[in-house]
Amino acid sequence: MKRLMTLLVLLLLVLSACSGGSQSSNQTDDGGSDGSGGSGDKVTLTYAIWDKNQAPAMEDIANKFMEAHPNVQIKVEVTPWDQYWTKLETAATGKSLPDLFWLNSANIEKYAKGGVLLPITDQIEADGVDMSKYPEALNSIYTIEGENYAIPKDYDTIGLWYNKELFDAAGLSYPDDTWTWDTLLDAAKKLTDPANDVYGFAAALAGQTGIYNTMAQAGGFIINDGQAGHDQPEGLRGLKFWTDMIHTHKVSPTQAQMTDTPPNTLFESGKVAMMFAGSWMQIEFNQNEYTTDKVDVTVLPQDKQRGVVIHGLGNVIAQNTKHPDVAWEFLKFLGSEEANVIQAETGTVIPAYEGTQQTWIDSNPKFNLQVFIDMTEYAIPNPASIETRAWQQIETDILTKAWAGELDIEEAAKQAAEGIEGILAKEK
Amino acid sequence: MSSEVSVNQESDVKIQKKTKFWLNKQKRGDYFWAYLMIAPTLLGTIIFNIWPLLQSFYLSFTEWGAFGSYSWKGIVNYERLFNEPDLLIALKNTFVFTILSVPLGISLSIIVAVLLNQKIKGVTFYRTLYFLPVVTMPAAVAIVWKWLYNADYGLINYVLSLFSIQGPRWLTDPNLALYSIVLVAVWGAIGYNMVIILSGLQGISTTYYEAADIDGAGMFVKFFKITLPLLSPTLFFVTVMSLINTFQVFELIFMMIGPNSLVIENTQTVVYLFYEEAFINNDKGYAAAIAMALFLIILCVTILQFKLQKKWVHYE
Repeated sequence: MKRLMTLLVLLLLVLSACSGGSQSSNQTDDGGSDGSGGSGDKVTLTYAIWDKNQAPAMEDIANKFMEAHPNVQIKVEVTPWDQYWTKLETAATGKSLPDLFWLNSANIEKYAKGGVLLPITDQIEADGVDMSKYPEALNSIYTIEGENYAIPKDYDTIGLWYNKELFDAAGLSYPDDTWTWDTLLDAAKKLTDPANDVYGFAAALAGQTGIYNTMAQAGGFIINDGQAGHDQPEGLRGLKFWTDMIHTHKVSPTQAQMTDTPPNTLFESGKVAMMFAGSWMQIEFNQNEYTTDKVDVTVLPQDKQRGVVIHGLGNVIAQNTKHPDVAWEFLKFLGSEEANVIQAETGTVIPAYEGTQQTWIDSNPKFNLQVFIDMTEYAIPNPASIETRAWQQIETDILTKAWAGELDIEEAAKQAAEGIEGILAKEK
Repeated sequence: MSSEVSVNQESDVKIQKKTKFWLNKQKRGDYFWAYLMIAPTLLGTIIFNIWPLLQSFYLSFTEWGAFGSYSWKGIVNYERLFNEPDLLIALKNTFVFTILSVPLGISLSIIVAVLLNQKIKGVTFYRTLYFLPVVTMPAAVAIVWKWLYNADYGLINYVLSLFSIQGPRWLTDPNLALYSIVLVAVWGAIGYNMVIILSGLQGISTTYYEAADIDGAGMFVKFFKITLPLLSPTLFFVTVMSLINTFQVFELIFMMIGPNSLVIENTQTVVYLFYEEAFINNDKGYAAAIAMALFLIILCVTILQFKLQKKWVHYE
C-alpha cells in the first residue's frame, strides 16, 4: 500500500510538472504576441514547396516581399516530393494546410473540389491582376468550375531531343519545325543500327512525355467529360505511333529493354538518336558529360496538327489560412514579373509570366531552349481529373501489355478507355 | 506478431483464473508491479498493433473519398476480393515466392551455419560477410541487384557472354522475373537465419558427437541424427519468422520491378497489391480488406505450424 502511495504521488508530481510546463509556455506565447501587438500585428505565413533546388529562389522572393512588408514573416518549408502529397493530404484532412503551397495539375481538381483551397476569382478582379500574362493552357488547368484557384508559377513543355553526332554520322540533316511523323520515321530507320545496338527513336510508354502529345497531334483528346479518347480513331492513331515504332518498324528498343535501362540513360550513352523529353531535362543533359555538347532540341513533329502537353505548377492559398488578405498579397507577388525573373535565373523551370522566359533561355545558350516557349501557342494542358493517379495507373497497366507486344494495340486501347472511364464515372 | 500476442493473453487469463481464490495482499502487490513493468510493452502493442488492427477491420467496410472522408459500405470490399482476379494473382505469386524462398533459404542457411560452426581461419570475417545483407538497406540491395540483372548492360549477363551464353532478361521476362526476385530474397535472408541457427548449433552439447564418434558414426549420420533433431526448435522459430516475412514481401518487388514495369502483374505480391490500392488508387477501404485477408492467411498458417510442430520439433 505504501508503495502504491509513493507511486501515486510520483505520478501526480509528473503530471503537475507537465501541465505546469504547458501553462507557462502558454503564458510566454501570449506575452510574445502581446509584445508584438504594440509594433503592429506580426503575421507569419508558411509557404510549402517540394523542390530543394528551387528553395533558394523561393527564399529570395520571400525576402523581397518581407522587405516591403516588415510585419510579415514568411517561412519557406521544403518537403521532398515523396512525402509532399501524403503530408498535404493529411494536413488537408486536419484543416491545417500551410497558408500557401505549390500544386500541380494532377491534384488541383481534387483539392479545389475538396473545398480546401481559397478561390481567388474576386481578388483577381478587384486588384486587376492581368491573367493574360500567363499561358492560356495553364490558366485553364487552375480554373475549376469557373473559379480561379492559383496564379501559375512556372511551366514545362515537351521537345524532340536529338543526338547531333549520330545525325552527322548518318549524313542526315537535323530535325526542325518542318518535320512530320513520316520524316521522323524515315530518319529513325536510317539512324537505327542493330549491329551496334543503336536505335533511331526511344518509344517508351509515357503519358506527359509520350502518348498525350501524339494523341493531340493526331487530332484526338485524352479525357473529356468522363470519356477517354484512347479508343477513338484519332487517339488510337496517337497510340499506334509508338507501338509501330517498336513492333512494325523496329526503330526503337523494346519495352523490356527500356524497362531495364531507361530511355534517358540510353540517350545519354548514345544508344538512341531521338527521344521526347521535357524542358526540365535541359539541366541534366547539360550536366551530363556525354550529352552536354552532342545533343540539341527542337519542336515535336506534327501529324494532322501540332500538339504538345504543357504542364505547370500553381501557387495556391489554403482555405484554412488565418490571414487570407496577407496570403493574397504574397500570392500576387509570387506571380509578379519581379518574382518570375528571380526564379528564371536559376534555369530550373520556365517562369510563367509573359516576357520573363528570355531569362530562362539565356541561362543556357547551348540548347535551342526557345522551342519550349514557342510550343505554348498550341499546347494542351496535361490531362487531370480528381483521381488522376488512379486512372493513369490503369492506363499504364494495360498499355504496357501492348508496348510489350502481348496485346493488340486496338484491344489495349479499348480496355484502357473502359478502365479510365470507370474511374472517371466514380468521381462524379 | 499477432499470434504471440494471443498466446500471451491466453496464459495471462490462465494465471488469473488459478490465482483468483488465494490472492493475498502480498501477491496482489506483486501482480500490480508485474503489470506495471509490462505496461510500456503492453501499451505499445495495444496502440501500435491491436488498435490499428481493429481500425483496419473497420475501414475494410468503408469506401474512401478525398481528404480522409469515408462512408460505410458494408461488405462491398470483400465481395470485390472474391470477384476481382487481382488478389488471386497476387496470392499465387506470394505462394510461389514463399514456397520457393523459405525452404531454399533455410536449407542454405543451415549449410552455411554448419560450415561456419567449424574451427576455421577467419570465421568471424565469413560470418560478417554473410550477415552484411541483413544490415544493408533493402533499397540499396534492390538497386545493386537491379543493375546486376540488367539484361543488356548488367554484370551477370556480361559474365555469361564471356562463355558465349546469351543471358536471359532477368527482370523483364514475365516467366522469369519472380524467380529472379526469389534469388535475391534467399540471398538476403541467409545472414539472419544463419545467426540464429549458429546459436542453436552452439547450444548442442559436444558429448553427443563424442558418443557418436565412439559408435563410429560418419559425418552425415551425425548431421541427420544429432544436429538436425536437436536444432529443430531453432528451425521451427526460423521457419515461422521466414514464412511471416515472405508473406509480407514488398520492398524487393517495389524497388526492383515497380508499378510501371511490364512484368508487375506476374510479380505483384499481396502486400504490393495493398500498396497499389491504398496509395496509388487511394482506395483505402479495399486495401484494408486485402490486409485483413492477408492477416487471416498468415494467422492460419502460423496456427497450423504450431499444431504441426509436435510432429517434428524435439525439445530436449
